[in-house]
Amino acid sequence: MSSASNQDYYVPHGTHWPIIGSVGLSLTVIGFANFLHGTWSATPIFVGIAILIFMMYGWFGTVVKESLAGTYNAQVDMSFRWGMGWFIFSEVMFFAAFFGALFYARMYSVPWLDGGSNNDATAQYLWPDFEATWPLLTLPLADKFEVAKATMNAWGLPFINTVILLTSGLTVTLAHWALKRRDNVWLVYWLFATVALGFGFVILQGVEYVHAYQDLNLRLDSGIYGSTFFMLTGFHGFHVTMGATMLLIIMIRAAKGHFSPENHFAFEAVAWYWHFVDVVWLGLFIFVYWL
Amino acid sequence: MYTETTHDAAHGEHHDHGPAKGLMRWVTTTNHKDIGTLYLWLAFIMLLYGGSMAMIIRLELFQPGLQWVEPHFFNQMTTMHGLVMVFGAIMPAFVGLANWLVPIMIGAPDMALPRMNNWSFWILPFAFTMLASTTFMEGGAPAFGWTFYAPLSTTFAPDTTDFFIFAVHLMGISSVMGAINIIATILNMRAPGMTLMKMPLFVWTWLITAYLLIAVMPVLAGAVTMMLTDRHFGTSFFDAAGGGDPVMFQHIFWFFGHPEVYIMILPAFGIISAIIPTFARKPLFGYSSMVYATASIAILSFMVWAHHMFTTGMPVAGELYFMYATILISVPTGVKVFNWVTTMWKGSMTFETPMLWALGFIVMFTIGGFSGLMLGVAPVDTQYHDTYFVVAHFHYVLVTGALYSIIAAFYYWVPKWTGHMYDEKLGKIHFWWSTIAVNVLFFPQHFVGLAGMPRRIPDYSLQFAEFNMISSIGGFAFGLAQVFFLYIVIKTIKGGEKASAQVWEGATGLEFEHLPSPPPYHSFTEAPPVK
Repeated sequence: MSSASNQDYYVPHGTHWPIIGSVGLSLTVIGFANFLHGTWSATPIFVGIAILIFMMYGWFGTVVKESLAGTYNAQVDMSFRWGMGWFIFSEVMFFAAFFGALFYARMYSVPWLDGGSNNDATAQYLWPDFEATWPLLTLPLADKFEVAKATMNAWGLPFINTVILLTSGLTVTLAHWALKRRDNVWLVYWLFATVALGFGFVILQGVEYVHAYQDLNLRLDSGIYGSTFFMLTGFHGFHVTMGATMLLIIMIRAAKGHFSPENHFAFEAVAWYWHFVDVVWLGLFIFVYWL
Repeated sequence: MYTETTHDAAHGEHHDHGPAKGLMRWVTTTNHKDIGTLYLWLAFIMLLYGGSMAMIIRLELFQPGLQWVEPHFFNQMTTMHGLVMVFGAIMPAFVGLANWLVPIMIGAPDMALPRMNNWSFWILPFAFTMLASTTFMEGGAPAFGWTFYAPLSTTFAPDTTDFFIFAVHLMGISSVMGAINIIATILNMRAPGMTLMKMPLFVWTWLITAYLLIAVMPVLAGAVTMMLTDRHFGTSFFDAAGGGDPVMFQHIFWFFGHPEVYIMILPAFGIISAIIPTFARKPLFGYSSMVYATASIAILSFMVWAHHMFTTGMPVAGELYFMYATILISVPTGVKVFNWVTTMWKGSMTFETPMLWALGFIVMFTIGGFSGLMLGVAPVDTQYHDTYFVVAHFHYVLVTGALYSIIAAFYYWVPKWTGHMYDEKLGKIHFWWSTIAVNVLFFPQHFVGLAGMPRRIPDYSLQFAEFNMISSIGGFAFGLAQVFFLYIVIKTIKGGEKASAQVWEGATGLEFEHLPSPPPYHSFTEAPPVK
């Protein structure tokens, strides 16, 4: 709660960016559905995404301009903080759904398919040869799927990626320290290191996917192990890409001197997001790759 | 870590502008009152749209046998009725009320993030257009029930299901942004002196509701995403052949679904807690216990989801746990009902229209609560599951509960919003007409349900004929009553007796004590004093 007069809280004029965003969002998903049905080409999806990018560029551009003009007081700044914090919480819950699916499959559905709990007779009757293991390489109905030949080794690329992400968490903190001591040069350097590590992670993840598909035959359609593996790491990889892109934009803004030790919420928001992506990865490394 | 930003005084003129002209005012608005109005109108349109599907359902069930529609179309009607009412009518109506009321209840100049507020609303017309358009596509609208259980919604569903999936994604984005905005507003925009435990209960219940929304809407998004990949990309989340499980879908869905039912009732508790003290002319009894009860209900709501699945297949230990946890919720809910009743005890009661709807809420929501208690008992739920008893139960909590509170809120605050009193005589006719009709509509469904009539079936055994006919007659009467309500709404907006600033003799709160009726386009540009 601020004791400042409500006059000082910036309530913007009308804005046209949201309606543009709605059009872009709708076109993207309608295009995607029609693409899946084979009725449209992929073009509308890309047009939709382009509109969304245009919207974000314009909307965030306006906010940056207002921020630099000193339009936002401390109370507005606090609204942004609450907003970003709760947004990250919503992202946590999105990942929770997929972790929940992973745990449910490992703890319940796979053992039960092998006769666990009180399902012995069903399992004997339906798929007597099925044996519950994790990672699941034999499937109840193997001929319906591309069965994976081997599991992903945690201590190869995934471990390197863990080191990369943890290091990037450190570099973004060093960038923050540089910012707080008004050292713009090192701020940009450390941000550059973070962005490079972020995109490096994404590239290695791509290499890992090629390895999974070509050498292990571990695919999205390889049963529940492949499904949880690719959906969890895939959504995480998408978030890393987003986070690294946001860091890149923050780096460009830092180079332009947009941030001061007193006023740099955008930097902090992206740093929070980056740590969130980092923590999700630790969960993935432990539960998807390692255990 | 954070230090204060500085600001200059050069932007004082931002607050002086009134609404823009024409259609673009509504498309580009960042004003919480405008956006609240948009939400409320969307909710009303969706109520009539979902209601018209209910009329088709009741028409088909008027007599046994297949009279009017194909079974597949009937399934589309039950599914779309549920989806439209839950996501299109009840939820947007509460968000609309939050937009209108939260800033003027806590003395804020507007919502915390006005531009995002606009986007939260303007996603919805696109989402619902997409959802509604499936009715006219090849394969038809979703027909697997509003709960869209796999494999009905994955292996056996038509292509149009993908539009449904993306519509749910869009609604989720809208809800999460709306909820973030409400939390930021409540935590950051209160007038000096408005401590958390001085906030009106409507604000408290919405704070907790918004938390529930942010916690579970992303889980729903995850569930529909898994549906999408199971349908098109060969994943096997809900396919036993690949090691997944269709029952897993139900667990994920109800982890969203149970908090969702509290999302649709907690703001109602807040509304009733505002109206009862006004017309009993006594302060609310047990304010802090109301706050703690609301929080308890919210926390418990995450731990009871599998009571929707007692007949799906679960270890007995699971059934026992979910049964006891479910019944535990009746304790904080009971606290609320007792507090409302105690507030009225020895009060100077009058029975204006909002009070009638609030009293109707207390009586009939409690009936729905009791039938919910019965359904929560695992051994008897085995008998009731998927019968009309369930339909009767959740319509008592959602129609005579949530919808009644929304209508009560309309009558209570519309003089504040428009500056016009509604027509008291018409309001009372609306209440009694609706209340008689809704009981004729839903009460007999308890009986046919206990006797074994299954839900979501277009035809039924002959012994259920009389009660179904009675139910349908009540249904048509209730539907017509809401068209009458539309007339009252328009009449009130267009004119009527001038309302005073306080509107009601016993009304308290910043919106009644410090703002004229109607309030200016930008209210509380200076924070009001809070006692």
